[in-house]
Parts: sequence; structure tokens; C-alpha cells
Amino acid sequence: MDKEIYKKPLFLTNPVTVLVLGICSSLAVTVQMKGACIMGLSVMIVTGFSSLFASLLRNGIPNRIRIIVQLVIVALFVILIDQFLKAYMYDLSKSLSVYVGLIITNCIIMGRIEAFALGNKPWPSFVDGIANGFGYAMILIVLSFFRELLGSGTIFSIKVIPQSWYDAGYMNNGLMILPPMALILIGVIVWIQRSIQKDLQEK
Amino acid sequence: MNTNSNTYTVIYATVLVVVVAAVLAYVSFTLAPAQEANRQNEVRTQLLASVGIQDVKNAKEAYDKYFTESFLVNSLGEKVDGDAFAVAMNLKGQNDKIRVGRPENATLPVFICTFDDGSKAQVFAAYGAGLWGPIWGYISVDAADMNTVKGAVFDHKGETPGLGAEIAQPWFRENFVGKKIFEGEEFTSVKVVKGGAAADDTHGVDAITGGTITSRALENTLAKWLGIYLPYIQAQKSQVSSCCAHECCGHCGDACACEGEGEGDACGNCCEAADSACCHSAEGGCCGKCKTENSEEVK
Repeated sequence: MDKEIYKKPLFLTNPVTVLVLGICSSLAVTVQMKGACIMGLSVMIVTGFSSLFASLLRNGIPNRIRIIVQLVIVALFVILIDQFLKAYMYDLSKSLSVYVGLIITNCIIMGRIEAFALGNKPWPSFVDGIANGFGYAMILIVLSFFRELLGSGTIFSIKVIPQSWYDAGYMNNGLMILPPMALILIGVIVWIQRSIQKDLQEK
Repeated sequence: MNTNSNTYTVIYATVLVVVVAAVLAYVSFTLAPAQEANRQNEVRTQLLASVGIQDVKNAKEAYDKYFTESFLVNSLGEKVDGDAFAVAMNLKGQNDKIRVGRPENATLPVFICTFDDGSKAQVFAAYGAGLWGPIWGYISVDAADMNTVKGAVFDHKGETPGLGAEIAQPWFRENFVGKKIFEGEEFTSVKVVKGGAAADDTHGVDAITGGTITSRALENTLAKWLGIYLPYIQAQKSQVSSCCAHECCGHCGDACACEGEGEGDACGNCCEAADSACCHSAEGGCCGKCKTENSEEVK
């Protein structure tokens, strides 16, 4: 199997910073690291398995209804994850609220099925799905790290900014916990990435 | 095979949908008990938090231990039949009746918590609209005077994180402890004061900076629901004070809790429960002071 399949989505074709997909949920669930990790993991599972199943079915899917069929496959996995979280990780499912359900509309998943899984064998499709999900999760974790640290002074809900700083006049940045700041942070990441990888810059 | 024919497409879609539906139905059916248990435990944890019992390992055990009684009351203050816990699980159903202007049809849950020391608190629910979605919570008042807030807990569906969502945080709900819902005989509820409540304000708590709409919604929701509970609360309150008016142990003052009316019995309850100077005597009957000053009446 081509190594590029799992290397590229992490950096060169990162779904969030290069393809600019899945922005909506990146803004919504990155206030805290815990939520971001679970969301990243959920998306990885969904991209992986829906790509796998779409690829297994690829020769039988009627071309005219293929988008609907993809949606049904994606929705199946999303609902499974949502139900599972509600049963065994109730607090998290509450804090992720509607965003787990909205994984269905995450363009990364449909994008990878349409662009890759329908034309490739199951195993590479599965790896491609997982890698893209991981590329997304990676950005989520970086975003949530800065947002939680600067916005709430905590990491994984554990206080890391010492009380003495607050006493000396340090304040949490309230803007960090609002979605617009996540958009600005994504912009900063895109900027850094394009400074390193010059061929990503548009002429 | 022609995968583009109409027949194939229709059959394919039908089979796919039926298979997926079967899988989902099975999973939903299998996980339903665990999900329901989670929701129940959440309500139990909130009820416990509303009387100040926090960080319990087993919410069900603690709930069964402390919540000794629960029932429903209507807007006339009468007890009605029904499962209070089931209603607490679905406060929205009651709110729908209130919202369409039929609070007389609402039956609201009351939970009575008995603490380790024998004192009691009554817990009332509230549910209403916040800024983005519903907010709800429980507020408990000391059963000894039906006035002092023992604690409160709030939750929300989708208030702004860091702003309105702060109503669910411990720092916010701790503000409620010790506030009064009555001024004399007049019902005041607890107000949320923008800019911060004065230190001596017994009816106000600090609003949340940047979360004014949620704060105000919370204040309105509390006032509305407690307003429906009001006949019940007042009935309880007058019972409490009628006991204290009974001269037996006049020293108990406001701080006494009794369940029976008049009679020496009520006084006995009063002495057991209240933590006041008149009630410290361990030897039977009422208490030291009552005995010496009013010994006739005690018997």
C-alpha cells in the first residue's frame, strides 16, 4: 500500500487546514480538550468505517443514488457512536451535545468516500479514512489545547495556571472560549503551515 | 448486472434502508436501559447537589438514603397522586402546561431530604427558556422555616460556554445558599442582580458577567415556578410558624421545624430538629428552657 495514503492527510492534504473541511465542528467542540479528543476519535471511527463499508459496496451501489447511500452508511455509524456515548459516557455526550449527530454533515467524511473509497479497495480506503480523521483530530487537539489553556487556564480540566498569576493580575482570555477565536487560531495554523510548506501557497 | 436500472436501484435502496434500520433498532433497544439509568442518575445527582450533597459515588444509594419523601403538588398547594421522580425526569411536560397559560393543570414535584442530623429540606424544581434553549434546576429551602435557601443547582441545554453556561458552575449556585425567598410574609423569590448583589442583600445573587439574558431568564423561571409552588410553600410555612407561635418553646423562634400542628407533639419535633438555645436539652420532652419556664404547657 502506498505510504502517501496515510502520510498526506496529516500534513500536505490536511482536511482542516488545507482542504478546509469540517470547520464548523472545529469551532464548536474545541473549548475543552476532553471534548475535542472524543470528537476527534469519533470522527476517526466514522471516517474509517464508513469508507471501509462504502468501498466494500462500491461495485454494487447504483450510481444515481450513490450520495444517498453514502449518507445512510455515514449516518449509521454516527448514530451508533451517539447511542454508545449516551449509554457509557453520558457526561461527554452531553457536553458534545448536537455535534456528535452533526458528524453526519462533516464534509471530510463524504469527501473521502466520494473521492477515495468509491474507487479503491477496502483496506486502503479504511486507512485513508482513519488518516483523514486523524488529521482532523490533530487540529482539534491543537486548537483545544490553546483555547482551554488561555481561555480557562486548565488542561483536561486540571488547573495549570497557578493561582499566584491570577493574584498578580493575570486574566483568562474570554474570547478564547468563543467560536470566533477558534477560526482565528485555525487561520494562524494555516499561516504557519504555508510558511513551512511553500508549495501550498497560491501563486 | 446493470446497476443503473430502475428496478435494481429501488431494490437496492429498500434493502439497504431495511438492514440499517434493523441494526439501529437493535442497538437502540439494547442500550436503552443504560441510557435511561444515566438520565435518572443525572437527575438524582442534581437533586443531591441542590441540598448541598456533592461528589457522591453512587447517586442512587445516596438518593435513596437522603430523599425520604417525594410527592406532587398542584398550583393550589394540594398534594396529588403521581410519581414525583418521573415528573422530575420530564419537567418540560409540566412547563408546556405552564407556558400555554394553564398552570392550574401542572403538577410539580417536591422532594424532601432528611439530613444525617434529622433536619430537613424541601426541594422544588424549575424549568424555563434560557437564551438558546431550555434551562432548569432545583432549589431547596430549609424545612425549618420554608424561607432560607439551602442550595440550588442549575443546568442548561445550550447556553453560551463561559457566559450563560456558567449557571451550571458551582461558584454560581453557591451564591444561592442562605438567601431568603420571603421578605416577612411577602414572596420575593431570588433575584439575579446585574453588576453584583449588595453584600447584605438577602434576596439577590450576582448575575453572570456577559450572561445577562441567561441570568434574567433564570430569575424569571425561578419566580414563575416558585410562584406555582407558592400556595404549598405558604401552607408549609404557616404550619411551621403556627408551631412556633405555640408558646411551648417560644425560644425556638423561626428556626423550628415541626410537622404536627399545635399540641405538645409539635413542640417535641421542634425541639428535636431546631438547633437553637431552647432545644439543647437531651432529656425527653421539650427542652431546658421550656421545662423551667413553661413546664406546665410542655406536659
